[in-house]
Amino acid sequence: MGSLSEFFQHFVNGLTLGGVYALIALGYTMVYGILKFINFAHGDVLMVGAYIGLFVFDALRGSAPLGAWTFIAFFLAMLISMVLTAALGVVIERVAYKPLRKASRLAPLLSAIGVSFILSNSAAWAWGTQSRKLNYPFDNTPFEIGGVVITPHQVLVLVVSILMMVALKVFVDRSRMGKAMRATSLDQDTARLMGINVNVVISLTFAIGSALAAAGGMLIALDFKAYPTMGMMLGLKAFVAAVVGGIGNIGGAMLGGITLGLLETFGVAVFGIPQAMKDTISFAVLIIVLLVRPQGLLGKVVREKV
Amino acid sequence: MKLLQTEKLTRAYGGVMAVNEVDFSAQEGLITGLIGPNGAGKTTLFNNMTGLDIPTEGKVFFDEKEITGFPSHKIARLGIARTFQNIRLFKEMSVIENVMIGRHFMTGESPHKKRLTNMFKSYFFMESEEALMLENAHKWLNFFDMDEFANEDAKNLPYGRQRELEIARALASNPKILFLDEPAAGMNPQETEHLMDTIRKIRDTGVTVVLIEHDMKLVMSICDNITVLNYGQKIAQGTPKEIKNNPLVIEAYLGKEE
Amino acid sequence: MVNFFLLILIYSGIYALMAIGQNLITGYTGMLSLCQAGFFAIGSYVTAILATSLGWSLWATLPVAALLSAMFGVLIGLPTLRLKGDYLAIATLGFGEIVRNVLNNWDSLTGGPMGIQRIPMATIFSFTINPYKKWAFLALVILIVVISYYLFERLGRSRMGRALQAIRDDEIAAASMGINVTKYKVWAFAIGASVAGIAGSLQSVFSLSVTPNSYTFMVSIMVLCMVVLGGMGNFAAVILGAFIIQLISYFPQLTGLSSVIPPQFKQILFGLILVVMMIWRPQGIIGVRSYRVGQKKSKAKGAK
Repeated sequence: MGSLSEFFQHFVNGLTLGGVYALIALGYTMVYGILKFINFAHGDVLMVGAYIGLFVFDALRGSAPLGAWTFIAFFLAMLISMVLTAALGVVIERVAYKPLRKASRLAPLLSAIGVSFILSNSAAWAWGTQSRKLNYPFDNTPFEIGGVVITPHQVLVLVVSILMMVALKVFVDRSRMGKAMRATSLDQDTARLMGINVNVVISLTFAIGSALAAAGGMLIALDFKAYPTMGMMLGLKAFVAAVVGGIGNIGGAMLGGITLGLLETFGVAVFGIPQAMKDTISFAVLIIVLLVRPQGLLGKVVREKV
Repeated sequence: MKLLQTEKLTRAYGGVMAVNEVDFSAQEGLITGLIGPNGAGKTTLFNNMTGLDIPTEGKVFFDEKEITGFPSHKIARLGIARTFQNIRLFKEMSVIENVMIGRHFMTGESPHKKRLTNMFKSYFFMESEEALMLENAHKWLNFFDMDEFANEDAKNLPYGRQRELEIARALASNPKILFLDEPAAGMNPQETEHLMDTIRKIRDTGVTVVLIEHDMKLVMSICDNITVLNYGQKIAQGTPKEIKNNPLVIEAYLGKEE
Repeated sequence: MVNFFLLILIYSGIYALMAIGQNLITGYTGMLSLCQAGFFAIGSYVTAILATSLGWSLWATLPVAALLSAMFGVLIGLPTLRLKGDYLAIATLGFGEIVRNVLNNWDSLTGGPMGIQRIPMATIFSFTINPYKKWAFLALVILIVVISYYLFERLGRSRMGRALQAIRDDEIAAASMGINVTKYKVWAFAIGASVAGIAGSLQSVFSLSVTPNSYTFMVSIMVLCMVVLGGMGNFAAVILGAFIIQLISYFPQLTGLSSVIPPQFKQILFGLILVVMMIWRPQGIIGVRSYRVGQKKSKAKGAK
């Protein structure tokens, strides 16, 4: 490592990457918390969210030059994308997972893989396989603070992801519905007996997870472009983030996302792992976590009741 | 002789002592009952003796050898079989296959030196071995008078039959000791009556039985020995008659009188 | 036309091998693995590399392909299979991608994105099994599928097969019946991987060249579809599933409609098959296992 400022540079880069991972990881972890099932289609829901955001933003912006309007249009597009993607998430759950709640453990997993494949290929069919970049809604000229180069995009990513995570945490901890969600994740049957509408809770979980994924997808599309199969690797990494933090644990997803972002950035920058093998890092992290601490950083050991 | 015993067995979950320094023992050839109010730690004690859970402290001995912390498949191989409170059958498999599983570890791989040759033998010449397993399985189905269900899927059996099948599966492994976790749960009085006969019959074949049960009539009439747990601790041990008159036990069940 | 149909049959056979392995892993043991494509790739490259650079014959490379695939299977299986839950699915998903990543980037060994060309044809007693003359190759594929089917069907009926099904139905009960759950899961996973490796060897002497792009996630999904469509836990059904999925896959070319039907059509259909089968017919089109212990006996009893 060259110097302290270099360290901070990588730290900021890792943090922004991690912020996005965390946003996506939340969707996995919330669904897992309640249904004990990995929603394989989550990454593809994110892809759809990124595309919707991209189209809406382009439509709203028209040919307007960068300025206050493009900035507002971006957030409008994000809002619209989040709403529509949330609806998509709810529909997917109703159609492909709900009928399988009582089926064998494998059934919803296989169904989710099917949904994932339908989404990514429909996107390729409808929108083409070439990747598209979401244009910056602002001038993305980097600026420097104490030797650390930061782009406005990074600031946006950090602000958006932190705001959303805080909002989610407050919602889950404080609101009535949040309480219902926590109760449902602890014991679905008891929650039902206590008058909680479990179906509504599950739908809401999918809606929130998908909306967060849409936001994450848009933030990614700003920097790395959107393409129909983007969901696979991103989904995989976000899942690893969820496992690292402790799957089913909301705080854990945040921590795991940031940890993974930092590990990836430092892995490439400091330990000289070739860029082409960058994706391997998250996989190695997954295997190591499963070997050493399978319950994740913040997770609890869960024993099956016998 | 004490076939199975625990020494100050403790299992803590965080700060909660589910089982606290319990000395439990089961006499060979007898039926031992384990009773206590809900949440007293009975199933936890079972799980810690059968390898599904690992004690925080204390020891478990079987046949005078220590088995603390052994994984459940090793424990099963020593001759310890069990059933579960919430029936755990192999639902998609047929009744007869469920019972055949009981003999699984006695076939094929067992002796260390000949592991590879045995593996090949049990693969390429499995028919004779299979026939033996099948015969043994039929013997146990017959014991429970369930021959007619042999090819039925386990999940399609009526509830009471599922409980019996679980016991048959356990017995097929030729255990020295059999743990039954609430075998009469959900049964009507006639079925319970029948079950009591069956458990006696099992003991008479030489199998030591340990059972958790809430049905006091059943416990008091078939158990030779009873151990009572409350809040994770052993509060009494003795014959049914002694237990019935033990003030601590009465207090645990009925609450303290003013 | 006949030639094209033969091609479909050959691919059905090659994929049937992968599906047989997947069936042991998923249908029998209830583990969701998503990287048959990865093992397929390993098998292909083993044969390609050994044949081109060391001049080994197909027959010598087959066991190496099977063993190496199995070894990688154990490598992913050990950390993930001793845990509860579906970590295997995610780990295998990642593994499949990493295999492709490595193949694309390890230029000195794998030729990078260009892959390996001019793989020598397979020979048997100085008779060359020329993939352009499809009959001979089809015969070879059928022979290997039949042998595998026999071995796996027997494995399914053996005590190991029964133990695997017990694990699928209830791990805790299986362990308390003396079954070493982790050991069997790893074995099943390794055996299922090894047969995919063999499929890979065949693939490389059929196409005579290998490139990383032939081993995408879609291959794994197709294999999964074959098992789900045919019927989990039934090896014969799975082979039929392989044939149907290959028919669907080549449907546009077969009907001469490839200019009308978009290339994503079949993939979307595969996705739909998974969802629809799970909801309406989780046991597959054929369903129930072809064999049941005890039935023979009871029939024999009835005959007495």
